[in-house]
Amino acid sequence: MLPVEELFSNYVAVLIAGIVAFFMVITALIASRVLAPFSEEREKTTTYECGMLPLRRASTNVGNRFYLYAILFIIFDVEAVFIFPWAVSFIGIGPMAYWTMFTFVIILGLGLAYAWKKGALQWR
Amino acid sequence: MNNGIYGIEIAWLDAVIRLHIIVGLMTVVVMGLIYVERKILARFQQRLGPTRTGPAGLLQSVADGLKLVGKEDLRPRNADPWTFELAPYMVFIPVFLGFVIVPFAFGMQVRILELGLIYFVATSSLGIIGWVMAGWGSDNRYAMIGGMRAAAQGISYELPLVLSLISVAMVSQSFNLNDIVLSQSTYPNLLWQPLVLVIFIIAGLAELNRTPFDIPVGESEVVGGPFVEYSGIRWSFFFLAEYAALFIMGLIFAAVFMGGWAWPLGEELGRGWQILLVTVKTSLFIFLIFWIRASVPRLRIDQLMAFSWKILLPLTFVQVLINGAVLVYDAPLWILTITGLVGIVVLVRLIERAVRPSPAVNSEVVSVGNEGAP
Repeated sequence: MLPVEELFSNYVAVLIAGIVAFFMVITALIASRVLAPFSEEREKTTTYECGMLPLRRASTNVGNRFYLYAILFIIFDVEAVFIFPWAVSFIGIGPMAYWTMFTFVIILGLGLAYAWKKGALQWR
Repeated sequence: MNNGIYGIEIAWLDAVIRLHIIVGLMTVVVMGLIYVERKILARFQQRLGPTRTGPAGLLQSVADGLKLVGKEDLRPRNADPWTFELAPYMVFIPVFLGFVIVPFAFGMQVRILELGLIYFVATSSLGIIGWVMAGWGSDNRYAMIGGMRAAAQGISYELPLVLSLISVAMVSQSFNLNDIVLSQSTYPNLLWQPLVLVIFIIAGLAELNRTPFDIPVGESEVVGGPFVEYSGIRWSFFFLAEYAALFIMGLIFAAVFMGGWAWPLGEELGRGWQILLVTVKTSLFIFLIFWIRASVPRLRIDQLMAFSWKILLPLTFVQVLINGAVLVYDAPLWILTITGLVGIVVLVRLIERAVRPSPAVNSEVVSVGNEGAP
């Protein structure tokens, strides 16, 4: 097979996997819609709580510590994206490639140490 | 390269047939896993587990499935319809996409992707969006907290998982799962990367939301987390996805660390032996996870985040740098074994220190715990 054909054949499988999974979920939901009983009752569709209705929408208050972790994650995930191609090719390029990545990782490590020192990793 | 077991040349037809085999396999394996988990947990707690449905309770999962299909499918009145309805798709589809790359035996996989490992981490992290959608869409405080915790935990443990897979890829010099398996035909990677193996298991547990990392779904804290409001078949898709992800993680573990179908003697002894090898190695991983679930209590969220960012992430960085130094200067690989074992000792010491805190640390934790409930 040509490389292009192989690429096509591989990622067509990924696309079809998505479609198959989608149909798995939707057939089960339709089966449930057909088989399961359904009764219109107002109390059933209230929010699951301790007997009282909640005051505001739940999605209005989210702790901002989650954003801090999300930002840190983006930094280190981008770094992982840089390491990915390096990891399988650095032997061919030689020690220069290794020491470049070494410097890069050390700088990122300093960044992690800074975040640690500032208390960004402390859950509070 | 991808010529099928059926000799079908049309790419899409071949893919459809292979994926339907996967659908059947996945359903059977997930039902089996639910039964086996209940039996194993029961044994750990000196109970019997399911015994009534069918011989030795074997039909328990079938009965559960039938019950779930016939259950009323409720949607809370003030839930956001789109996110609530689409969340099961967003949780299940990425997990199923993972089955495209996992190797069961020589030539027995859906496709050999050149960037298999990147594909695996990409699909496994997509599921987090589904969890957040479920939590946000339900409009329930418990679900919201659970969804946010799932996101925080998922992204934190993503990094050690990705970096541990990178370390293994550095030794095998490929992201192609088939090549990684073939490169281990004499020695499996766990020999060179013992520390990475431990980190992969820990991060894998966290990615799968299994005990001791199950704070997003903890019943006693957030009553089931993102799927409090789900019922019936919609709820069951979260669990189908969870067990399917467990199965995939086991297969990836077998392929990446234990030599998959190639070690030992996989290439000589034929396909039956290869399937047996993969089954045994995957079962080993899954049994380990059930065992951990039966013996370790749940972590607190601050311990959980600190463990990923302060212990696992620096250790994987150091491992990547050591790997690079050894490989680029062509040093013997047993150095990696020694550094890996030293790393495991360091990891165990750090966990030990965290488990038995000094009195000073203990009072600090108490004061931190008082000032902000999650």
